Amino acid sequence: MNTFIPPFDFHRVIVSPWTADLASYGWIMLMGFFVATACGLVGNYLMLRRMALVGDAISHSVLPGLVIAYLLAGTRHSTVMFLGALVAGVLTTVLIEVIHKKSRVKQDAAIGITFSSLFAIGVILVSQFASKIDLDQECVLYGEIGSIPLDMPYVQLGSLVLGPPTLVRMAVVALIVAALILIFYKELLVSSFDPGLAFALGINATFVHYSLMSMLSVVVVSAFESVGAILVIAMLILPGATASLLSRRLPVIFLFTVVHAALSSVMGVHFALWLDCSIAGAMVVMGTALFVLAWIFSPTQGLLRRWFSRTQVEPGETALQHGEQRAVS
Amino acid sequence: MKPSWRIQFALCALILAMPSAANAAKISELGDTNLVTQAIRFFTFQDPAVRYALLGSMLLGITCGLLGSFIVVRKMALVGDALSHAVLPGVAIGFLWNMSKDPVAIFVGATVAGLLGTVVVRLITQTTHLKEDTALGLVLASFFAVGICLLTMIQRMPTGNKSGIDKFLFGQAASIGPADLKLMAVVTLLSVVVIIVFYKEFLLTSFDSGFARAAGFPAQLIHYALMLLLAFAVVIALQAVGVVLVSAMLITPAAAAYLLTDRMSRMLWLAALFGMMAGALGAFCSFLGPNFPTGPFMVLSASAVFALAFLFAPRHGVANRWWRQRSRAQRVQRENTLKSIYHVLEARESKGEGVSLRELAERRRETVEEAARQAADLHRHELATLHEEGNLIFLTPAGWQLACAIVRNHRLWELYLTNAAQIAADHVHEDAEKIEHVLGDEVVRELERRLQYATIDPHGRPIPGFAEMQRGGNSPDQPGESIGYGKR
Repeated sequence: MNTFIPPFDFHRVIVSPWTADLASYGWIMLMGFFVATACGLVGNYLMLRRMALVGDAISHSVLPGLVIAYLLAGTRHSTVMFLGALVAGVLTTVLIEVIHKKSRVKQDAAIGITFSSLFAIGVILVSQFASKIDLDQECVLYGEIGSIPLDMPYVQLGSLVLGPPTLVRMAVVALIVAALILIFYKELLVSSFDPGLAFALGINATFVHYSLMSMLSVVVVSAFESVGAILVIAMLILPGATASLLSRRLPVIFLFTVVHAALSSVMGVHFALWLDCSIAGAMVVMGTALFVLAWIFSPTQGLLRRWFSRTQVEPGETALQHGEQRAVS
Repeated sequence: MKPSWRIQFALCALILAMPSAANAAKISELGDTNLVTQAIRFFTFQDPAVRYALLGSMLLGITCGLLGSFIVVRKMALVGDALSHAVLPGVAIGFLWNMSKDPVAIFVGATVAGLLGTVVVRLITQTTHLKEDTALGLVLASFFAVGICLLTMIQRMPTGNKSGIDKFLFGQAASIGPADLKLMAVVTLLSVVVIIVFYKEFLLTSFDSGFARAAGFPAQLIHYALMLLLAFAVVIALQAVGVVLVSAMLITPAAAAYLLTDRMSRMLWLAALFGMMAGALGAFCSFLGPNFPTGPFMVLSASAVFALAFLFAPRHGVANRWWRQRSRAQRVQRENTLKSIYHVLEARESKGEGVSLRELAERRRETVEEAARQAADLHRHELATLHEEGNLIFLTPAGWQLACAIVRNHRLWELYLTNAAQIAADHVHEDAEKIEHVLGDEVVRELERRLQYATIDPHGRPIPGFAEMQRGGNSPDQPGESIGYGKR
């Protein structure tokens, strides 16, 4: 077991990423932060609309879009990749809709069938053209966030070094997502919470839906390279789910989402350094740990509070309640 | 139904065989044989390694199809997805148990992890306001991340036989060994036996959980029993299909079966059959190429079956439904044309002549071309004959009868609505326009009886009776033959 869990070297795990190795780990942490922020912000709306698993589906089906776009265009230019992902993402939602509406298959099964078929096509293409597209099956699953700092040459603005191109792209995507959410705050809010009111206000629900799906596809594809297809789901859901346990007001939820993104990415890097495992995986594990903490200690609906308020009830009262429940059921 | 399966099977095989034929590498070291020889070789169990792979794939297809049917009808398809991702840390821990790919240790670890995942989903939905889809996504991703961390840690370890552990991600049927096969057979047998013995319980809790609880069935227990079996199915499918795509083997064959039948027992048979077919085809395809992962091919085979069912299922298929809707729309169109012809004839004083296209077009407020098209359609169905280069329409006896019947239905219904339902006479036309096409004979008899065989509708026009219907068409051979509307 000693080889499995390495000894905890305080200097290597905690100090060095901030001092000697800041040049490489700094970029990784920043990348993790941008990925989790962009995904988390979009993810909040997915959860509000009970579409968390559509996010799951899109994050899988982006893969064939990427590969086919690459094979057709022959470059890895980001516009081509974004286009491929966009088409794949919208196609996924359309396919789910068609299967669900045109047959008796329910939506959940339709989601499962659609994304697994598309993902299977993607995996077969990757396995056949792996040498051509320098994407391998492992990268598809858990990404290569560790190789971000090696992504040369760095983007420069005048004499200011902005960072590796992938990171800069992700940062731009995250900023655009944040800006779009700020600009269309009212539209998104109303159409997520009250479709009837949205209709009355003249907000085109279909348009909002497909815009959100396009945004999701773009976010997913830019996060794809660094965290892979499946961990993207964690990035989509974890920050928002944690934040929504702590507050019920949307602006506060967004704030907590960003905080969660930052914390999980920094802690993830340390954790991965200690255990020497996949960095993206470690970020998600840390994000999960934060979620569990929120689940236990949340002031409004934490497990601890629930347990506490249950024990505070008078013994006689509980017996009565139990009796009532039994009588009712 | 039987022949359609066969066609589906053949099509499915064809679709899947075509792309792989191009770069068909060989099964074992057999030289340059063609696809058919390879298929024969593969499906006749000549190679021992191939035999394990094929048998294993078929067994897992059967188990997944059977258990998948229940999660599809319970609308829990994505629980299967979450469960299948959640087993990954269990696989890693099972591997760590004695640092080898010991099927039993991995089986136990994965089952425990999968069950833990479903329990956590329940806990999250019960104790927080988070919805089920969020909880599923959370569990799926976080368990998977733990699994990925463990796997990457295993991969950097210096010791231990870790070959094959990465095959759990996308599956490789070739890695199925005799020990794995034994485990698969046991699990398949167990699932079949449990489903047969507790069929009633599973059925009842799946379709009417309220009644099941009222009747004293332990719904909670049955739920977890199903989850346990599902975890078993996922675990035995892991090696061939891979963690990522196992859920498709649960959902897709069962969903295809769901489109083909309304009976649960038949659905189980079909799902097992489809699962088996997908398993065998997927294993075959992956043997064709040197670097073909098995899981994706199995999933695509299953998706192909689903696509065929989606399009061509006898009752729920899109193509059939479209065809039915189209023919219904055409029938309504024909009947409306006949009705218009009747109205034209009714408005005239002299009866026997044909109706010109122009009159019909004016009556229906359409272009003459459109009227000509409809007249031709009537002619095709032998409801009318066309004369003077198609410009004059004469109804055949059958056409006349149908036209009378439609007008009668319309007017009877208008009368009924005004008399019995007290609806104003100027509000009943729209409704009658719709119902005239669907009133059956018995309903018409009943309407006539209730309206005491009335002959005049609320707008003062006569309701065509039996005698009128039997007068025959306005054939051009008998000009002036009376088709009377004399009651006006």
